[in-house]
Amino acid sequence: MNIVVCVKHVPDAQADRGFNESDNTVDRAGVDGLLSELDEYAVEEALKLAEASGGEVTVVTIGPDQAADAVKKALQMGADKGVHVNDEAIHGSDAPATSLILAEAIKKATDGNPELVITGMASTDGTMGVVPAMLAERLGLPQVTYASELTLGDGKVTIRRDNDANTETIEASLPALVSVTDQINEPRYPSFKGIMAAKKKPVESWTLADLGIDAGQVGLANAWTKVVEIAKRPPREQGEIVKDEGDGGTKLAEFLAARKFL
Amino acid sequence: MTYSASMAVQRLFPTDEGHDLLDLTREVVAKELRPKVDAAEAAAALGEEFPTDIFRILGRAGLLSLPHPEEFGGGGQPYEVYLQVVEEIASAWMSVAVGVSVHSLTAFPVTTFGSPAQREALLPGMLSGHQLGAYGLSEPLAGSDVAAMTTRATRDGAGDDGAGDDGATDDPAYRIRGRKAWISHAGHADYYTTFARTSDARGRGISCFIVPGDAPGLSFGAPEKKMGLHCDTVREVIYEDVPVDAARRIGDEGQGMPIALAALDAGRLGIAAAATGLAQSALDVAVAYAKEREQFGRAIASNQGLAFLIADLEAAVLGARAAYLFAARLKDAGRPYGKEAAVAKLLATDAAMRVTTDAIQVLGGAGYTQDFPVERYFREAKVTQIFEGTNQIQRLVISRHALG
Ligand SMILES: Cc1cc2nc3c(=O)[nH]c(=O)nc-3n(C[C@H](O)[C@H](O)[C@H](O)COP(=O)(O)OP(=O)(O)OC[C@H]3O[C@@H](n4cnc5c(N)ncnc54)[C@H](O)[C@@H]3O)c2cc1C
Repeated sequence: MNIVVCVKHVPDAQADRGFNESDNTVDRAGVDGLLSELDEYAVEEALKLAEASGGEVTVVTIGPDQAADAVKKALQMGADKGVHVNDEAIHGSDAPATSLILAEAIKKATDGNPELVITGMASTDGTMGVVPAMLAERLGLPQVTYASELTLGDGKVTIRRDNDANTETIEASLPALVSVTDQINEPRYPSFKGIMAAKKKPVESWTLADLGIDAGQVGLANAWTKVVEIAKRPPREQGEIVKDEGDGGTKLAEFLAARKFL
Repeated sequence: MTYSASMAVQRLFPTDEGHDLLDLTREVVAKELRPKVDAAEAAAALGEEFPTDIFRILGRAGLLSLPHPEEFGGGGQPYEVYLQVVEEIASAWMSVAVGVSVHSLTAFPVTTFGSPAQREALLPGMLSGHQLGAYGLSEPLAGSDVAAMTTRATRDGAGDDGAGDDGATDDPAYRIRGRKAWISHAGHADYYTTFARTSDARGRGISCFIVPGDAPGLSFGAPEKKMGLHCDTVREVIYEDVPVDAARRIGDEGQGMPIALAALDAGRLGIAAAATGLAQSALDVAVAYAKEREQFGRAIASNQGLAFLIADLEAAVLGARAAYLFAARLKDAGRPYGKEAAVAKLLATDAAMRVTTDAIQVLGGAGYTQDFPVERYFREAKVTQIFEGTNQIQRLVISRHALG
């Protein structure tokens, strides 16, 4: 089975993340980036499936030069080959444009026949979580999202989706697209041997032209929505200090009652 | 601001692989070691607790056997790279870094002195990342004076004479009887690299054996209650006529002492690197605290008296790193490095003691509490001046080299 995993290179959540002042897009140059942690689950699941039943894992990313690191990490974990779509015109693309580029890249990478596409449930920077659904639509595949468990059967995929109040078991015919949650597995670390092996694995670098996409279909200027303004969350203010002069308990209760905790 | 030191030391590597390896190490350290060290060390201080899961993670990532040959499952890395990985691990969790170094030491006799058949038979397991070794050299009455050991391997008349060296379990050729002291990983190890006497000729009467952890007749004392390094479980290992194949004797009978000393030359570099990482972490905490803590209306760091203390600590850490890296480069180049390794061990472990002591000073009362990690670093630094040859023994080694 050939499995495609979509991965994203995101700013490190541990670092001081910010936005570009000129166009309100995420600053991807000023901070260290890494493979989105939510995508590590997707890579791990694909590797497990490939290890269990044979097959090849291809990782696809869209992003500037640094995004190659996300592909590299996935290859180090054990994926077989990578695709990196890199084109200046992509900067600022919204979810519909991103799903368009991903769809074309996946088709090209699989000769139009992806058998299984796996994604994370959202990116850790944008956290929109809509790309998987849009991508499935563009590829004409059934979508089973937010999988916390995935099993492959004869020509079908079955997932478990944990909701607040219930658990659903959902089945889809293959080929299909599955997005996975952080409950589905425990992603492996690359091994040193994996790191060495990754250096020899093939990575395709494609532009929009390679995918037959017109620059007018993507990018900031063609986004359906626009970030108009960004304000940093104000620093937390100092809390109220209650001094106990014999009536500390009462004051505390009043404080909590005023906020409807009591 | 957090006071768990996060090490972002400048590093040079002879190859690109070194940088990839560093990235991998830092990721594992950040996600697996730093979050767990405090609780695990505290629990181990009260009773038995051994970070087997951490060693498994390091093993799977290929970080447990970096300096050993690739053909048998090792990482094939030069010491210059391997030791910097040990240093990074030590910056977060000293017990684990010491464990990695000790494990490396346990395989050294086989990689360096084993016959081709022994390497074939033993190394794939030892270097797989799934096994952990222990190094049994010291005894209650033979610490610095290794040649005073009394643990004895007696030839078992009818047994395998080792002919063929095929590693297969034939009849035992030796039975080991005696007692080893202070053995790291005792009770948890998969095998014990054991030195035992095969004749009475003091230093020339010792031989080296690889004893399986599940061998009959092997038992362990209670864990020593130590001042620190709690997750490095240390116990006595008791050998009651433990049967060992001749195929598991590494080198010739009587070659044990040179094997032990050669292994210690390499092992000392691991301890030097670990001590450097520990010192760096203490320094990082001291620097962060000195810039934030205000007294007399300004940061304490703006007092030259304190700033110069930090400068001295910085110099001690950089000096320690330079010393172990130079010895490592000599080793990697195939040159003699015994003197430089002893110098590195001496400088780096003394630096760790000094830096951790002064880091507590920089933090004042806070440094003396368990709210900050420096009191733990201080307790962990002390042992580095003692094991793998006390620093007096290092001076003995250095002076013998220097004076000929
Ligand atoms: C946490 C821990 C882990 C350890 N792990 C291991 C292990 O895995 N395997 C193992 O085999 N051993 C291990 N050891 C043992 C360690 O290597 C010994 O403790 C060390 O070699 C010193 O031996 P000793 O404790 O018997 O001290 P002694 O040899 O009794 O020394 C006592 C003091 O006398 C000094 N001294 C001795 N001889 C001389 C001399 N000729 N000139 C000047 N001064 C001298 C020493 O420097 C020291 O200050 C470990 C020890 C500890 C504490």
